[in-house]
Amino acid sequence: MPSCVIAAKCDGCKGQDKTACMYICPNNLMKLDRERMKAFNQEPEQCWECYSCVKICPQQAIEVRAYADIVPMGGAVIPMRASDSIMWTIKFRNGNVKRFKFPIRTTAEGSIDPYAGKPAADMSKLDQPGFFNTDGAMPVIAN
Amino acid sequence: MGSFGNPDIVEVETDVLIIGGGMAACGCAYEIMRWAPPGMRIRLVDKAAMERSGAVAMGLSAINTYLGNQDPADYVRMVSNDLMGIVRDDLIYDVGRHVDNSVQLFEEWGLPIWKQPGDEEKSLKEGGQPVRSGKWQIMINGESYKCIVAEAAKKALGMENIQERIFIVKLLLDTNVDNRIAGAVGFSNREDKIYIYKANAILLVAGGAVNVFRPRSVAEGMGRTWYPVWNAGSTYAMAAQVGAELTMMENRFVPARFKDGYGPVGAWFLLFKARATNCRGEEYMITNKKMLEDYPPYGLAKVPATCLRNHLMMKEQREGRGPIYMRTDTALQALAASYVEEFGEKEAKKKIKHLEAEAWEDFLDMCIGQAGVWAGENIEPENVPSELMPTEPYFLGSHSGCCGIWVSGPADIAPAEWSWGYNRMTTVQGLFTAGDGVGASGHKFSSGSHAEGRIAAKAMVKFCLDNKDYKPSLPGSASELAEEIYAPVRTFMEFKDYTTAVDVNPNYITPKMLQARLQKIMDEYVAGVGTWYVTNTTMMEIAVKKLHELKLDSKKMVARDLHELMRAWENYHRIYAGEAHLRHMLFRKETRYPGFYYNMDYNFVDEENWKCFVNSRIDPKTGEWTTFKRDHKDLVTK
Ligand SMILES: Cc1cc2nc3c(=O)[nH]c(=O)nc-3n(C[C@H](O)[C@H](O)[C@H](O)COP(=O)(O)OP(=O)(O)OC[C@H]3O[C@@H](n4cnc5c(N)ncnc54)[C@H](O)[C@@H]3O)c2cc1C
Ligand code: SF4
Ligand code: SF4
Repeated sequence: MPSCVIAAKCDGCKGQDKTACMYICPNNLMKLDRERMKAFNQEPEQCWECYSCVKICPQQAIEVRAYADIVPMGGAVIPMRASDSIMWTIKFRNGNVKRFKFPIRTTAEGSIDPYAGKPAADMSKLDQPGFFNTDGAMPVIAN
Repeated sequence: MGSFGNPDIVEVETDVLIIGGGMAACGCAYEIMRWAPPGMRIRLVDKAAMERSGAVAMGLSAINTYLGNQDPADYVRMVSNDLMGIVRDDLIYDVGRHVDNSVQLFEEWGLPIWKQPGDEEKSLKEGGQPVRSGKWQIMINGESYKCIVAEAAKKALGMENIQERIFIVKLLLDTNVDNRIAGAVGFSNREDKIYIYKANAILLVAGGAVNVFRPRSVAEGMGRTWYPVWNAGSTYAMAAQVGAELTMMENRFVPARFKDGYGPVGAWFLLFKARATNCRGEEYMITNKKMLEDYPPYGLAKVPATCLRNHLMMKEQREGRGPIYMRTDTALQALAASYVEEFGEKEAKKKIKHLEAEAWEDFLDMCIGQAGVWAGENIEPENVPSELMPTEPYFLGSHSGCCGIWVSGPADIAPAEWSWGYNRMTTVQGLFTAGDGVGASGHKFSSGSHAEGRIAAKAMVKFCLDNKDYKPSLPGSASELAEEIYAPVRTFMEFKDYTTAVDVNPNYITPKMLQARLQKIMDEYVAGVGTWYVTNTTMMEIAVKKLHELKLDSKKMVARDLHELMRAWENYHRIYAGEAHLRHMLFRKETRYPGFYYNMDYNFVDEENWKCFVNSRIDPKTGEWTTFKRDHKDLVTK
């Protein structure tokens, strides 16, 4: 279902060069209308419903409205993403509601130190199988 | 400052260029910075933002390749059977023996991996036992999978060496050295800038292809293809255009998924032991079991090949016994009853609640749209079953498909004819690939693609060291290259005022219409959903002619802005990927993948004549395709 931006909530990321939704959409769909200072989905039929824009919007201004040509109206799937977990609210067309919470990450965002405690590469092994941090020899096919 | 129609031209020199920012690219970025000597220049370009680009953008609920203590040779056996016997054992074994290292890094970086009771605090590396949803899969809380993997890659490479929102249009061969990669050109889809890269080695990892075939949904729901709408076959098209040999492009993937949302079914089959039935409640895997005997040995394995499972299902749909249901209701009710018996009423309730959360998480982690479909249709899986449906065809080399580029294998395993110096190098000197790009080697999935990017990284460092003095020489001047990229913009500027409606103009075709025409041809003649995946030689020959006309007209595509310019170039890539698929299908005189497609002139598997690779190559000078056989051999006894 395509994303849509709730006009009253979007502040155009305060007119910065690059809005959060434009930055993140893997399909380059979000666009800022500079006159209204509001973002919109410029090609709704190419939206994968990946929710990347929904999760990143600092104003919680983006919703996903189920594909009109497929899904009966009135349901909703709404995320609230914190740094270590995500909470989902699922509203059914008949009014039922379900909530789920899942962990998303065990370390702080931005805390990865990619080579901390890792060995340097042994250049004499450049020609052999195995990664820079592989311990021991690599197996070969034995029939 | 450039303006629309008059872009700035930026020239960049690098030693290694990584095209793409997905799992394979992230693996490469991480590994290469450890091997690259000081001063070696590495540059990564992605059409999107790495944090959420590629097939893992939404997240995943499982890592589908983690061996643990299992033998990589058994992994090769599984992959080979699933892909009907024609795969490169050397490449698959190589992924199998490397992949766990990447998964252990993901956990270290912060990816939550489910553990067996008692092992919760123990990492995989320390011997912690994961929860498996199948022999090779492990369960994760994977909403942030891509964010985590990208963070490590970005930190390793440094943001100063990464450019996001650059769409690569084509690769460039060297003008002085035959069959040698020299660079690539692309443009920013945000600024009026064209980039020309000179490189010693290139890793082409721009994913697989979607939207070559007409999708089942044709209005707003077009975006809900199973495969992510943003991977447009750039990998296969750009490699083919510079003369890299392709392999098994006749292979396609047609996953059977929950209808309309295309949500994952794996957890339902594997964790909840759900059954799939026709409208009469008959289990087609049992009632149609005899059909598997037509396809020995692939149909007789404990888990028959994926295409054959489709084959048994589609018989029901074609013969009017649809819809196909996933019996979520009976599965959950049976589990509930067994829990009550085993643990008592109260404990069972808790367990069921937990189970229900797991079922929903499977969607919410990697196919949120499916949760939306269930919400709109008031589907409570414990009470009602849900329909299954095979999707439109996709091309990919890392999931349950194996089309892609023909690459050199690992020197310590591969026979001489499959090894020409550098692991994962294509037949073009200096051009490497991984993940969805490598052909005849499916089932790598997210973890295997990452690992394969790392394998390629190491080989590229070696290649650059061995070719230290190489100076790329590019064909055409910078302004000629720029003109070519911006041609759709020029065409638009020239003709836009001829009619009063911008979409309808006899002088040009919009990318959207061109794509629809490609999809119509592929769907109706090349075994799309419209014919229930059926075609024949005559139909495919018509498609070749129609594609030829389409290619001529594609030169008249227009672009009204940078976004549409990207759409135009994606379509050029889709056409080449689609044509490769068609030419390979025409060449292979058998039906190797029943359930993915049927050539009704040869509706059988012919082990004697066609247990071989089908490869193809475009002559970059003339643009002519040739398609030919290459011998297959098993390295692992099957
Ligand atoms: C629906 C779905 C479900 C899956 N589920 C699982 C699962 O449960 N478990 C599992 O382990 N694996 C799963 N996989 C498989 C996994 O996602 C892939 O194997 C993996 O992402 C392949 O990595 P890649 O780097 O080849 O491609 P991708 O990760 O798709 O990356 C492609 C990259 O190329 C960029 N790009 C594309 N074109 C261009 C261009 N012209 N110029 C510049 N950049 C470009 C894209 O932006 C992206 O960054 C799933 C895949 C799909 C599609
Ligand atoms: S991220 Fe949210 S607030 Fe910012 S422009 Fe987009 S919709 Fe508006
Ligand atoms: S849901 Fe995903 S594809 Fe759709 S607009 Fe948002 S980020 Fe883009």
